[in-house]
Amino acid sequence: MPTLRPPTFALPLTLAALMIGTSACGSRVGEETAASGESASCLDTSGDTVKIGLLNSMSGTMSISETTVRRSLELAVEEINAAGGVLDKQLEVVTEDGASEPTVFAERATKLIQSDCVAAVFGGWTSSSRKAMLPVFEDNDALLFYPVQYEGLEASDNIFYTGATTNQQIIPALDFLKDELGARSLFLVGSDYVFPRTANAIIKAYAEEHGIEIVGEDYEPLGSVEGIPTIVNRVQSSGADAVFNTLNGDSNVSFFTQYANVGLAADTMPVLSVSIAEEEVPGVGVEELAGQYTAWNYYQTVESAENEKFVAAFKAAYGDDAVTSDPMEAAYTSLYLWKGMVEAAESFAVGDVQDAADGVSFDAPEGSVTVNGDNHHIAKTALIGQINPAGLIDTVWSSGEPIEPDPCLEDYAWAESIEKDQTYC
Amino acid sequence: MDAVLGQLYAGISLGSVLLLIALGLVLTFGQMGVINMAHGEFLMAGAYTAFVVQQVFDSAGLSLLIALPLSFLVGGLLGVLLEVTLISRLYSRPLDTLLVTWGVSLVLQQLARDLFGAPAVEVRAPRWLQGNVEVFGTPFTTGRLFIVALAVTSVAVLSAVLRFTALGRRIRAVVQSRGLAETSGIDSRRTDRISFFIGSGLAGMAGVALTLIASTQPYMGQTYIVDAFLVVVAGGVGQVRGAVLAAFGLGVLQAVFAYSQSVSTAKVLLLLVVIAFLQLRPQGLFSVRTRSLV
Amino acid sequence: MTANWGRRAGVLGAYALALALLFGAAPLLLTDFRLRLLAQFLCLAMVAVGIGLAWGSGGMLTLGQGLFFGLGAYIMAIHLQLADAGPGGRPAFMVTGSGVPWWWELFRSPVTAVLGIVAVPGLLALLLGLGVFRRRVKGAYFAILSQASAAAFALLLISQQNSIGGSNGLSSFRSFFGFTLADPVNRRMLYFIAAGVLVGMVATVHQLRRSRYGELLTAVRDGEERVRFLGYDPALIKVAAYALAAVFAAVGGALFVPIVGIISPNSVGVVPSIGFLIGVAVGGRATLLGPVLGSLAVSYAGSTLSENFESVWIYLQGLLFVLVVAFLPAGVGSMPGVLRRWGGRRDPAPVPAGPALVDDPGPASAVPAVHTGGA
Repeated sequence: MPTLRPPTFALPLTLAALMIGTSACGSRVGEETAASGESASCLDTSGDTVKIGLLNSMSGTMSISETTVRRSLELAVEEINAAGGVLDKQLEVVTEDGASEPTVFAERATKLIQSDCVAAVFGGWTSSSRKAMLPVFEDNDALLFYPVQYEGLEASDNIFYTGATTNQQIIPALDFLKDELGARSLFLVGSDYVFPRTANAIIKAYAEEHGIEIVGEDYEPLGSVEGIPTIVNRVQSSGADAVFNTLNGDSNVSFFTQYANVGLAADTMPVLSVSIAEEEVPGVGVEELAGQYTAWNYYQTVESAENEKFVAAFKAAYGDDAVTSDPMEAAYTSLYLWKGMVEAAESFAVGDVQDAADGVSFDAPEGSVTVNGDNHHIAKTALIGQINPAGLIDTVWSSGEPIEPDPCLEDYAWAESIEKDQTYC
Repeated sequence: MDAVLGQLYAGISLGSVLLLIALGLVLTFGQMGVINMAHGEFLMAGAYTAFVVQQVFDSAGLSLLIALPLSFLVGGLLGVLLEVTLISRLYSRPLDTLLVTWGVSLVLQQLARDLFGAPAVEVRAPRWLQGNVEVFGTPFTTGRLFIVALAVTSVAVLSAVLRFTALGRRIRAVVQSRGLAETSGIDSRRTDRISFFIGSGLAGMAGVALTLIASTQPYMGQTYIVDAFLVVVAGGVGQVRGAVLAAFGLGVLQAVFAYSQSVSTAKVLLLLVVIAFLQLRPQGLFSVRTRSLV
Repeated sequence: MTANWGRRAGVLGAYALALALLFGAAPLLLTDFRLRLLAQFLCLAMVAVGIGLAWGSGGMLTLGQGLFFGLGAYIMAIHLQLADAGPGGRPAFMVTGSGVPWWWELFRSPVTAVLGIVAVPGLLALLLGLGVFRRRVKGAYFAILSQASAAAFALLLISQQNSIGGSNGLSSFRSFFGFTLADPVNRRMLYFIAAGVLVGMVATVHQLRRSRYGELLTAVRDGEERVRFLGYDPALIKVAAYALAAVFAAVGGALFVPIVGIISPNSVGVVPSIGFLIGVAVGGRATLLGPVLGSLAVSYAGSTLSENFESVWIYLQGLLFVLVVAFLPAGVGSMPGVLRRWGGRRDPAPVPAGPALVDDPGPASAVPAVHTGGA
């Protein structure tokens, strides 16, 4: 029996402490980073191919949406390669799974930049995935193309935002509710995360300016459905003229089922949603959704030669049942915009691409889009749609021409009351 | 006035959902001490059964009536399969069962994804379960009324079986004292298997009911599983009446919090209340008298 | 005596090898990206060390380590945000609201932040543990309670958009106690810190397991009532292990933040909390190094497999849980012994009770039962 037990951990602990103590310390805040710090991009453009990274969630809860974005990115790559590539180089795709986890997005983005040496990365969906990747792209001075409409108030030099910012989606939607539907009071329903909270802050500022009454505001935790009957009860007793819906994902199923079942309908109290696109409609239920409104910048039903080609190519690749939606189109467009920037710069280097970005435009399926070099967003046309009984969305109102992106809402006097992220705005 | 009534109804309908899910757990957890984390996936299997049936039968009403018993069978058979292959080996290691069934639930979720795809599928509700009936000016949605009725019926049938049939006597005997029950000639293993079949079958049926109010997708089972376990623990293990009281209590409490606070803080408050309650009364609302010191 | 010294030499040798790998080979051979990944895995392994103590040695299956991991991580993240914002500054993400909440200010100073990372989760675990263990809640009940607490914590974080970043969490850190995070030299330093802390934790657990306290803890696991009758208070014994496991998890979370660059409710809820367990189960819950090695192996496998085969990893993760826990409860390391026992079933010779049996919490009683059944 060992009765005497000398501590064995003293030695390894001292060793460890010594190791930490002797390991060199890098630069402190305020100092210039050491020369080796800013590692130049390891991008190799000597061959006849160039690598790009596609980073979407192929597993986990977000895979439902992000798989479709991946498909349209791959479609764009195929088209570009078939047409001769970018600067005569074929695109070589490195795919990664973000697994619906922000930490995985950050990890895989680092890998794509540092180990795979890609020229640019395309992907991300949730705000949290973008926020997680942002420092990675800024620290490594790399490029991310982010294809989803989002809450705005951000403009990183290392990200190109090809989805709508708030003044291209939320504000036109409010104009539509106010002017076309004559709504004087609104109920705000949303999932509990940053996009609905920020969107509703903007809506409330807009409402105050334009004399619209906000009669209620409620949030359901993401992925949950338990509070939906309570929310619908409140909506019903509020007597609002319309509902502004920023619910995300499966909560919409419960919301619209309950909404229809308690006897609320599009002609008496319309719901305008900003997160329901074509691919979500069947899951939510066509019957419950028919007649309700959405706000996006693209619908499958948009009439243009470019869109006909896009929809036909997509159906040819993924079957006749496949539908196209706004984020898919924005992802598809993002690859072509990157191609345009590279060709304008005649270089794949990040700095050259950033310098050449301003004014690059593309005849996208949604119509002509143009990159704004200052805030890295793109000018897009806002479209209000109405869900039809076939499950597609018809355009009922259009801004007519592309709206210049204004992520910080600098041109809207009433938006001054909204506090903004000082880093970018 | 109608706000109060509406909220009460919201709470009762949530309670019914929790009760339907927890009822199966009352049997399996109560009798065998087994924490089956894959219970939520039996629910999902039931929901997908309803989806498949609807592909075969065009009428939503007919397919619902077929799906209810069929999903009971599907859930039950999955449960028995799990019991025979894994759980029966682990009866003396309840904590390990928890982890093993968690692994099973991961596999089942991914399987559903590969079979049916990641996006939610649409299960149409029959005409007579859409819309509402008005009581004192408050709309009671028929879909949720159906779930309340299903929950009440299930509780009644299960209680009757437990109380009046020979099988029920055997189950109760095993819950109260496994050793003594075996000594008096009860085949406890067989009883376990039957309980597992019924418990898992109830989960399958609950899945069909859920298609009326929520989306049918691979991860739907996870939404409720933590709440359902809390219902069982708070109600007192192995107690049907405890589960009924706990489920409706939690449902109504959630509705009250949601109305007075906000929906997202309601959930946090609810979990804190349950945790605090269990600190004060770890044996739950009701408990079986056993010779265990706990 | 000589055998004892031999064992001591073996232990020291193993430490030396591990230190050489951690502090020598890894930083020399791995690229910056891989080293960052390894540092991230080391943080998760810290949680595993704690679980090994609480679950393996103490029999408390905690399904809620995400709570403590998250507390440590969020306190660190709050401090880093405030440090980046400068004296009196406000973190950038607080876009709608009025000023910095008072409880943020508590962690503005580096000293209180470090103290908070250890003290807040430690005290919370102490309170929770005393409440639970005093009332003799154990086994499955404790597991479900701890799971519910992690669920409640994640929901609470999500509902606080303005004060704690909601579901986005906190990210975009520029510096770590005055050192720029973008500098690769500093990133290496972070790795060394993580490795050093992990080694310290393993050494602490090693020492605890050999102490009188370690024996009591194992005794409580195997027969709580007997320990009570011997005049000890099992609640206090369990609480100590639970609180230490909580502190380990919190420190792991705190280091996770500067290394990964983000903490969000996704990393603290029910699913990641159970995820912490798989490595411990695979490596062998009741062994000293099993949890660490298992956790590292599972993290590595998860990262490489899901880079290439997305859905395969999920199936494999599920199957690992099922196969290891059901058939190799003492971890993968016990495979030879188990195989021998299976092969030896047909032999009439009595099966030697290996150390693996003594080390298992639950199975210790289960396996002999099988033997008597066969006899």
